[in-house]
Amino acid sequence: MEALRCEGLSKSFDATQALANVSLEFPTSGITAIIGPNGAGKTTLINVLTGFLRPDAGRCFLGRRVITRLAPHRIAQLGVARTFQDLRLIQLVTALDNVLVARPNQRGERLLGALLRLGVAAEEARNRQAAIDLLRFVGLEEKALELAGELSYGEQKLLTLACCLATEARILLLDEPVSGVHPEMASRILGLLRRLRDEGKVIVFIEHDISAVRQVADLVIVMDEGKVIAQGLPRDVLERPEIMEAYLA
Amino acid sequence: MEYLGHVLVLVAIYTVLAASLNVLVGHAGILSVAQAAFYGVGAYASALLAVRLGAPFIVGLLAGMVVAVLVSFVVSLPSLRLHGDYFVIATFGFQMILYSVFNNWMGLTDGPLGIPGIPQPVIFGWRVESHFEFLVLAAVLAAFAYLVVWRITASPFGRVLHAIREDEVFAQALGKNTLRFKVTAFAVSAALAASAGSLYAHYITYIDPTSSTVMESILVLSMVIIGGAGSPWGPLVGAVVLVTLPEALRFVGFPSSVAANLRQIVYGVLLVIMMMFRPRGLVGRYGFGR
Repeated sequence: MEALRCEGLSKSFDATQALANVSLEFPTSGITAIIGPNGAGKTTLINVLTGFLRPDAGRCFLGRRVITRLAPHRIAQLGVARTFQDLRLIQLVTALDNVLVARPNQRGERLLGALLRLGVAAEEARNRQAAIDLLRFVGLEEKALELAGELSYGEQKLLTLACCLATEARILLLDEPVSGVHPEMASRILGLLRRLRDEGKVIVFIEHDISAVRQVADLVIVMDEGKVIAQGLPRDVLERPEIMEAYLA
Repeated sequence: MEYLGHVLVLVAIYTVLAASLNVLVGHAGILSVAQAAFYGVGAYASALLAVRLGAPFIVGLLAGMVVAVLVSFVVSLPSLRLHGDYFVIATFGFQMILYSVFNNWMGLTDGPLGIPGIPQPVIFGWRVESHFEFLVLAAVLAAFAYLVVWRITASPFGRVLHAIREDEVFAQALGKNTLRFKVTAFAVSAALAASAGSLYAHYITYIDPTSSTVMESILVLSMVIIGGAGSPWGPLVGAVVLVTLPEALRFVGFPSSVAANLRQIVYGVLLVIMMMFRPRGLVGRYGFGR
């Protein structure tokens, strides 16, 4: 299985060094949590890995393939999907349409396919069923026809997860999937992450909530000031006083 | 009746133009002020083929659409990487360049003198001469434009355009090559605008650069916004309102010269009022005031 990794990544914004020579190899299975104080470089790392930011130095790989200069959509097509800290959805269309748009390689997305509609109806029916299955998986089946913008914050988080899954990506990079949601919703989302891990998805998530990290992470990476300062099993890393000190700072 | 027929032909031609721009503005959320340039490309391509080579109307129409698509690639491939205001400025620049080409390339377009004597269309033996016949032809073209726009926008392709309009970053994260979708939408929009230009040239039988000014582009944009961007009926409503309004001004006692100048003021006032009180347009779905 192809591993997502990076070598010597550096990225600065004016005088701020967001990433300083970061080298990492994510496991090819399980759930990895990236933690660290605000400004540690966690989101910048995900932005660089998914092609939304170009690094000043260093390279990213998916297996042997260099993906540093690929456009975000190419990286997503290669099987690396992501969510965003600030929820990104098509607010004015239904939850179902949000998931449908994420389905890959649709014939009706080509101009001739859209105009002539050859085989598009059958494909659309299959995609619709797949989208409904995904909405059922995240517990939003009954909200399928509601506008995405009218769902609660927690439901919108679930919907972004369903969209990610609809891309059929194997690696999911989730930026704060449970932040700001009700504890009940948080435990529902964490339960889904466990199920996805068991189904073979590779999950990397950024999180501030240490108890959430303890509940689901198989590996923890700690970042501070653009560097990886520790990584290991949660029970080892999260007990180290210097780590918690850096984190709380 | 002839006058009414003429106004209705203009409504149909502007409906095609507004529907073509609606693909960009209403569905993809891309603001462009270059629609009159593509209209001009279609009009000149069709007129030159007809006058200099004696090509039939259908050939000129299709050639104009093909040329407009090729020109659209030249514009869209570099400039659609730009975002928001920068892209609008790029289309404005393109509009000015094409206007200058139409106005100054004497060897091809005869510059400000224009191209007279464009023959009226003959389609499979049917000579289109009267206002009523032109109205039928223009209505068929408008229906075709509506069909194309509907097929595209009510499809998975259109779903991605809507995703781009709402949040391009989200669409990219889902694996959509947003540049490809935007370039394709721009090309379709250009081709439909060119078809309207071609029909206009054969209807008026004369074409000069004044049909391809930035003011014409702004007029078409006003039709989309006032009618309702993203709405299927918005382009038709916008075209009806903005074509008939200046005509109506003539009937309330303003001389033609004053009515023509008042037109610009009326468009401006209407746009301000719409933005303040009805940003989604008269029958629109997608607001600019959000």
